[in-house]
Amino acid sequence: MERSIQSSILVEIKNLIHKFVEKDEEGSILEEKYAVSDVSLDVKKGDFIVILGHNGSGKSTLAKHINALLKPDSGTIFVNGMDTREDENVWQIRQSAGMVFQNPDNQMVAPVVEEDVGFGPENLGVLTEDIWKRVESALKSVGMIEYRKHSPSRLSGGQKQRVAIAGILAMKPDCIVLDEPTAMLDPGGRKEVLNTLHELNQTEQVTIILITHHMEEALEADRIFVMKEGKILIQGTPVEVFSQYDSIKSAGLDVPLAVEISHLLRDKGYDIPQNLLTRQELVRWLKQEFESPIREKPLKPREHRNLEQKKGQPVLSMKNVDYIYSPDSIYCKHALRQVSLDIYQGEWIGIIGHTGSGKSTLIQHFNGLNLPTSGKIYFHGQDIVEKDYDLSSLRRKVGVVFQYPEHQLFETTVLRDVSYGPRNLGCGEQEAEKQAKQALALVGMGEKYYELSPFSLSGGEKRRVAIAGILAMKPEVLVLDEPTAALDPRGRDEIFGILKALHEEEKLTIVLVSHSMEDMAKYAERIIVINEGEKIMDGTPADIFGQPQKLEKMGLAAPEITYLMEELKQEGLPVNTHLLTASEGAEEIAMLWNGVRKS
Amino acid sequence: MKDITLGQYYPADSLIHRFDPRVKLLALAIYTIFLFWVDSLAGYVCNIIVLAIVTGLTRVPVKKIVKGIRSILFLLLFSIVFTVLFTKGDDVIFNYGILSITWQGIFLAVKICLRIFMLIMMSTILTLSTTPADLADGLEKSCHVLTKVHVPVHEIAMMITIALRFIPILMEETEKIIRAQKARGADFESGSFIQKAKKLVPIFIPLMISSMKRSTDLAMAMEARCYRGGEGRTKMKPLQYQGRDKWAYLCFILYAVWMIGLKIIWK
Repeated sequence: MERSIQSSILVEIKNLIHKFVEKDEEGSILEEKYAVSDVSLDVKKGDFIVILGHNGSGKSTLAKHINALLKPDSGTIFVNGMDTREDENVWQIRQSAGMVFQNPDNQMVAPVVEEDVGFGPENLGVLTEDIWKRVESALKSVGMIEYRKHSPSRLSGGQKQRVAIAGILAMKPDCIVLDEPTAMLDPGGRKEVLNTLHELNQTEQVTIILITHHMEEALEADRIFVMKEGKILIQGTPVEVFSQYDSIKSAGLDVPLAVEISHLLRDKGYDIPQNLLTRQELVRWLKQEFESPIREKPLKPREHRNLEQKKGQPVLSMKNVDYIYSPDSIYCKHALRQVSLDIYQGEWIGIIGHTGSGKSTLIQHFNGLNLPTSGKIYFHGQDIVEKDYDLSSLRRKVGVVFQYPEHQLFETTVLRDVSYGPRNLGCGEQEAEKQAKQALALVGMGEKYYELSPFSLSGGEKRRVAIAGILAMKPEVLVLDEPTAALDPRGRDEIFGILKALHEEEKLTIVLVSHSMEDMAKYAERIIVINEGEKIMDGTPADIFGQPQKLEKMGLAAPEITYLMEELKQEGLPVNTHLLTASEGAEEIAMLWNGVRKS
Repeated sequence: MKDITLGQYYPADSLIHRFDPRVKLLALAIYTIFLFWVDSLAGYVCNIIVLAIVTGLTRVPVKKIVKGIRSILFLLLFSIVFTVLFTKGDDVIFNYGILSITWQGIFLAVKICLRIFMLIMMSTILTLSTTPADLADGLEKSCHVLTKVHVPVHEIAMMITIALRFIPILMEETEKIIRAQKARGADFESGSFIQKAKKLVPIFIPLMISSMKRSTDLAMAMEARCYRGGEGRTKMKPLQYQGRDKWAYLCFILYAVWMIGLKIIWK
């Protein structure tokens, strides 16, 4: 921390206000919203700053001010001593405070990686030979030098963001502002980007301002600012911030697992210090606490979810399915190999696998969007590959919600959009509307939304409308591809609340594809692991997550809680490692504690 | 979908590939002029020889180049039929009303065909041997004069570059939207032409909205990286004439002199 004390202030924000003004057709003001209201903060040279906040908290607006993409309605921002309100400073500010955005595809200009990195220096009028030097060193700094001749469209999300960071580095900035750079990435990509940022911060002293809603990304920050409704709610070091559990929750955010467990234990009356933020810190502290564990025999493993054996005929069944993309061409790809699986009525199945493992190809077989190159698929015992099989009725009964389903909204009103499905299936206008209203009720969207344009809704609301669009067809099986991607914790909990209700009350069979092992552990009853187009594992969450090494080999991971319990066990504490949620973990530790104390 | 190649660049290591795109653009222009201006047997023979040499130098399989012709086969047939049927001449072979087939007509049709064929061959070689990005760059440089008459040359070249980058992304997106709407029971195959066209609305609107979102995002990202038009911009890969390009220009002059000579002598 000495570094930041010595160094000077790089970004200085004083009483910043940014208003969004909504006007009617005549130009008179309807509504004024404060996207950012009265924010003051300083960033010192060399700092690693994290700004946390739910979607719509004003954090992105704040970021754009630092880059002079927006100008303050009142208040001031100085970047490196330059006032962002002065027009002549704009280009120097943008060079000095570079910005990386959320969507990796939408910020790349050139069709070749190295040319894209060179775009910034070209704009600055840097001499050709210097551009080459800068591009090379920037690509080396982010570890992407061997991809310099590649086309960006063939890189993974994490690699694309690293190239985007290199594009900023090549402009020799004092600081990089990143606006949710990891929101659209899988866990591997997220880690990649974060490691790159920390390395740049430590070895090249680049100041980092990271905007995110992922808590884990804030743990190693020098300072954290938590935003809520345009204001800064909490600020301080990670320990200072995460000790304010209730405020963080009220801002619609999560806390890291170790903090969550400590909090739960504190609620149970145990005295846990505030400074345990990471898994390692918690394990180390617990180990000291339980220096000589008395309790010898481990508690008996508990199965805590009612996993009654689903029986009878499977709803959907795949037998030895192979799928090959564009056979007989140079782009030919063997996407699925000998996949066999059964889905039973009323199950909640999770499908996991790294990006490109064939998950999305697989789920598109469930409703006949892809037909197998070889093998059979049965729906209620009927072969869907048969020529005269009615695929449109299959698509009604097996509803597939694609990734970012809100990108498919197109109608003028929410109600019309949701009734598109039933209308396609030949329902009359009135019947279609009735089904649409029922579906909207299931996703918790009442009458006041019916006549609104779907495009005027918030991100989370749009997604709920899109899911209702599938529910309106009254499917028996609901298949969802990453339904919570890019949503903040509150939006994610809303979606899972809806799915849980559908599963429990409507008895809907759910198939969920997700990268979040935490969500899988929390909700799925059975998990199928796909790797390189093959089904590798199929079992209960406790079974699957009990084999973290096997998962890691496939580029996956077990939930944090599994690792925590494993590490406690390795330290010699007799705990049950087959646990899936934070509250189960807290309970287990509490029981251990009682065991120790009693004896 | 991701691998779709735009234009039809065929990677190979040949002299033609290595030429500066400006040289190739100028070559095509000169060749076109003389192809249509010099109208003698010797002229045709010379131009065919030039074409044969260039084709040989590209190291692109001839089959690939000839494929380019297929797209204009209809145009070619159309012009043959019309020229043959409507050209007036003395050596009539067949006559019916205003339609007549004459030796002059057949001769002219062959000439027109040959010209179109050679022109298409030459421009196919240009697109096969030059990446679209280089082509855009070459166009920007060689058309720089036009900025004097307020043609936004830099902007057009930048637009081409960006289009090249985004077309594959949008194609992939279109595919995804079609699938997602099919999952909502949409049927894009059946129905009359007008019904089919109406059914495309659920594809076009999402695609348009996403393209707009992408373009605002991109514009902001470009501004954040200090993009402010062509002025004061340097190039990471500026076009630079090499020795071979100078030799190529010399060849153009010789070719032009030769063709003008032919034109004067053969009269």
